[in-house]
Amino acid sequence: MSGFTALLVRDLRLVWRRPGDVGVVLAFFVVAVVLFPLGIGPETNTLQRIAAGVLWCAALFAALLSLERLFAADYEDGTLDLLLLAPWPLELAALAKCTSHWIVTGLPLSLLAPVLGVAFGLDGGSLLALFATLLIGTPTLSLIGGLAAALTLGARKSGALLALLALPLCVPTLIFGAGAVETLAAGEGLWTHLAILGALALVALATTPWAIAAALRQAGE
Amino acid sequence: MAPSPSEIALQIDGLACRRGGRRVFDRLSFGLGEGELLALTGRNGSGKTTLLRAVAGLVRPDAGTVRWQGADTADDPEAWRDRLAWLGHLDGLKGDLSVAENLSVAQRLRGGAADRLDGALVAFDLRSLAARVVRTLSAGQRRRTALARIVLSAAPLWLLDEPLNALDVPAQQAFRAVLQKHLAAGGLAIAATHAELGVEGARTLELGRA
Repeated sequence: MSGFTALLVRDLRLVWRRPGDVGVVLAFFVVAVVLFPLGIGPETNTLQRIAAGVLWCAALFAALLSLERLFAADYEDGTLDLLLLAPWPLELAALAKCTSHWIVTGLPLSLLAPVLGVAFGLDGGSLLALFATLLIGTPTLSLIGGLAAALTLGARKSGALLALLALPLCVPTLIFGAGAVETLAAGEGLWTHLAILGALALVALATTPWAIAAALRQAGE
Repeated sequence: MAPSPSEIALQIDGLACRRGGRRVFDRLSFGLGEGELLALTGRNGSGKTTLLRAVAGLVRPDAGTVRWQGADTADDPEAWRDRLAWLGHLDGLKGDLSVAENLSVAQRLRGGAADRLDGALVAFDLRSLAARVVRTLSAGQRRRTALARIVLSAAPLWLLDEPLNALDVPAQQAFRAVLQKHLAAGGLAIAATHAELGVEGARTLELGRA
């Protein structure tokens, strides 16, 4: 078994041992989304119009919630040193950590969002579009968030700093993710938006592991 | 007795490190041959941990080289890391995993096989604790688990930061036995320590006396 798989399996097993951590993130997502219809009122037209943006923003915040511990836990118990000293590229370790974050956050959020979309009166096509954009867009959030988590490692108030770093970088993904559902509602195709979201994910995939590794090495000094 | 140059496996030349603008050590040179143990001593803050981290490649030195069998370790850091076993002042264990799981994960992260845990567990009397979650163990039991990880790695060079921390007398004896076996098999070890390691023929380097 390669180091990448070993690390991924280890992190998933750790999450499995403490399911509450993921539960809190998903519960936050549900509560945050449900607050909007309560605050704005039950007009279906308004709710339909803002649904995609609300669900995307809530997904972004929920993803950020669990990012603070992504490397901090390894930093505090000394296992980060073992990753830094593993005889295989640290970039792969960074990718494994972001992958595990996506599996336990991005993936369940993508599955949960269409269910909540029903409460906003979205039709079948929009729900599918919401699922597809989140599925392609959330890996970018995990990668960018992973970079922010690595950069803020060991800093005081790292949670707030992390959000400040990650949120602006996530804006393109947010725009095209939420925008896709609206263009579909306007009778246009979905593919352009999905292609751009995919491109953003690939750019993040091609750059962030190296930046994360560099940030982790710095934190290890 | 200093080893002849041909036997020297690890050669440190002119190593210098700064931390926060302060010079920790400067122009530090020593060689370590197969089967040799170097004990790093010195006051708190004299740079023992920094030296260990610099040898491992975790801290980039400001000057100097770390050579393994003649080759600069900075040229091929992955091959170098494969030759190291690292015991930091933190144990490097996951509290939510059991002793056996921690050991097998550490082995897999090194790219090694996770079988034959038994020998390492027996060496540190951990057999009865193997299934226990590390979070529930005492500090000494955790340290023993971390030491078992070192034994399991089969790396030629052990870098140990305060290995005797929190260990009781039987565990210290177990550690000595394991260390002596490692040295007898041609292994090398550098250990930062305040306590006497109690291994015959150990060389000592006192830091912070410049």
